[in-house]
Amino acid sequence: MSGAKHRLAGPVLLHAALIVGSLATLVPLGWMVAASFMTPGEANSLPPRLLPQHPTLDNYVTMFTRLDLLRHFVNSAIVTVLATVLSVLVNSLAGYAFAKLPFPGREKLFRTLAAALVVPAQVGMLPLFLLLRQMGLVNTYGGVLVPYMASIFGIFMIRQYALSVPDDLLDAARVEGAGEWSVFRLVALPVIKPILVTLAAFTFLSAWNDFMWPLIILADSGMYTLPVALANLVGEHVQDTELMMAGSVVTILPALAVFLVFQRTYVQGIMSGGIKE
Amino acid sequence: MTRRPASLERRKARAAWWFLAPAIVLLAVFFVIPVGAGLLLSLTDFDVYAIGDPRTARFTGLANYRHLLQDPTFWQAARNTLTFVLVGGPLSVATSLAAALLLNAKAVRLRGLFRTIYFAPVVTTLVSVAIVWRYLYHPKYGLLNWLLGAVGLGPIDWLGDPHWAMPAIVLLAVWKNFGYNMLIFVAGLQVIPQELYEAASLDGAGPVKRFRHVTLPGLAPTFLFISVTTMIGFFQVFAEPYVMTQGGPLGATRTLVLYMYEEGFRWWRMGVSSAVAVLLLLVTLAGTLVQMRLARRSGA
Repeated sequence: MSGAKHRLAGPVLLHAALIVGSLATLVPLGWMVAASFMTPGEANSLPPRLLPQHPTLDNYVTMFTRLDLLRHFVNSAIVTVLATVLSVLVNSLAGYAFAKLPFPGREKLFRTLAAALVVPAQVGMLPLFLLLRQMGLVNTYGGVLVPYMASIFGIFMIRQYALSVPDDLLDAARVEGAGEWSVFRLVALPVIKPILVTLAAFTFLSAWNDFMWPLIILADSGMYTLPVALANLVGEHVQDTELMMAGSVVTILPALAVFLVFQRTYVQGIMSGGIKE
Repeated sequence: MTRRPASLERRKARAAWWFLAPAIVLLAVFFVIPVGAGLLLSLTDFDVYAIGDPRTARFTGLANYRHLLQDPTFWQAARNTLTFVLVGGPLSVATSLAAALLLNAKAVRLRGLFRTIYFAPVVTTLVSVAIVWRYLYHPKYGLLNWLLGAVGLGPIDWLGDPHWAMPAIVLLAVWKNFGYNMLIFVAGLQVIPQELYEAASLDGAGPVKRFRHVTLPGLAPTFLFISVTTMIGFFQVFAEPYVMTQGGPLGATRTLVLYMYEEGFRWWRMGVSSAVAVLLLLVTLAGTLVQMRLARRSGA
C-alpha cells in the first residue's frame, strides 16, 4: 500500500513541476491574448482580470484602421518572405559547393568563414549603414534585407547536410551528360530538401522578429516593420494597454504559426546544430 | 582515360566558384568590409559632419577608447551589461538544465506538448513580449505584484526602481530564452549511454549519485558550449531595455549595445560608437578562446 503510494509520488511531483513551469511560461502569453480582447481600461483593474468581461474586437479594429497596422504587417511580410527565399537560394548553392564540389583552397575558405562566425553583427553595423546610405538603400526593403541574404550559419547548416548526398548519385547524372547546374537542381536539391525547409523556418523567424537592424535602417515610419512600429507606438500609447496587446498578438501570431507548422524540422535543427559546434 | 578525371575535377572547381559567388560577394560587401571598416572607424572622429562629407573625419588613434575610459556613462553601461551577463547567464542556463531534466525523465507523459510550451517564448517577437512584460511589471496593476501580494510580498516598482529594473530585465530574458538551451541540453542528455546508468544502479547508486557521476560528466561539453554561447549572446542585450526602460531609470538598464546605438545613431558619434562595438568583439573573442581552451582540455 505505502509502496504503491511511494511509486506514485515521483511521477505526480514530476508532472506538478512540469505544469507549474508551463503556467509560468504561458501566463504572460495568455494574458496578452486576453487583454487584447478587453475594453479600454479593463486590463488596469484590481484585482487583475485574467479574462475579458465583454470580449471585443475594438482594439484590433483600431490597430488596423487608425494606426495602420496592416501597412507594417505588409512591410514585415515583404521583407521576411524575400529574406527567406533569397537566403535559401544563396546559402544552398554555397553549402552544396562546400560539401560536394572540391576546389583548391576549399578547406581554407571554409575555416575562414567558420572563424568569422565569432564576430558580432554590431561591429559592422555602423559602416554597413554608411555604405547603404551611399547606395541609396536607407529606408528601403533592400536595405533591411541585406544582412539576411547570405549567412555563414546557413551555409554551415546546408553543407553539413549535403555531405550525406552520395557521390555516386551525382556522378551517375554527370555520366548521363548533366551539367553541374542540372546535377544540383535535379539530383542534389531533392535530397537536401529537408534542410532547406529548416533553413527557411530559421530565416523566416529571425527576419520577422528582428528589431535592431530594421530600427537602424528604416527612417520613415511608413516603412517600419511590425516590431519597429510596435516599439514606436508604445511610446505614445503606453496607457492603452489593451490596444498594445492587440498589436503584440498580431506581431507574434505569424511567428508562432510558422513555428508550430515547422516544429519538427526546427527543433531537430537546433538539437543537431548545438552538439556539432 | 587519365585525362577525363582531371577535366572533371576542373569542371567541378569551376562550378564551385559560380555556386559560391553570390554568397561570397554578399558576405564580402555587406559583412567583411563593414567589419574591417568598423575597426578603422573606431580610430577616427567620424561624426555628424563626416556623414555629410566623409573628408572631414580625421584619424585620431586611440582617442575614442581613451574617451570611453573616462566616460562614466560607458562604465555604467559596462557594469550593467556585466550584471546582466553574470546574473542572467547562469540563471538562464540553470533554468534550461532544470527544464531539460524534467522533460527527459522517463515517466513524463505528453512530453511533446510540454516541450512545445517551454519552447514557445523563444519564437515570439522580442519587442512584443517586452511590451507584454512591461505591463506585467506594472507596480499597481501588474500581474506579478498581484501574485507577490498574495503571498504577502511587495509591491515592487519593477521598472521604476534602479535596483529592480535590471533584475526585471533578467527575468524577462530568462523566460524568453531558456527553451533554446533546454533543447540542446535534451540532445546532450540523449547521447549519454543508458548502460552507464544501469551500471551505476547495479553498483547501488541512487538518483542523486547517478546524476552527479553519470549525468553531469556526460553533459560537461554541452554545458560548456551553452554557458559560453549564452553569455556571448547576453552581452549583446539591446531590445529589452530599449523597449521597456529606454535604459532608465537613472541609466540603471543602459547596456553596452544600447549605449553604442545611442552614440552612433542618436548622436551620430560613429567613431565612439564603433569603439564600443570593437570592445564587444574583443569580449566575444575572449569568451570563445576560453571555451576552445577548456573544451580541448576536457577532451570534448
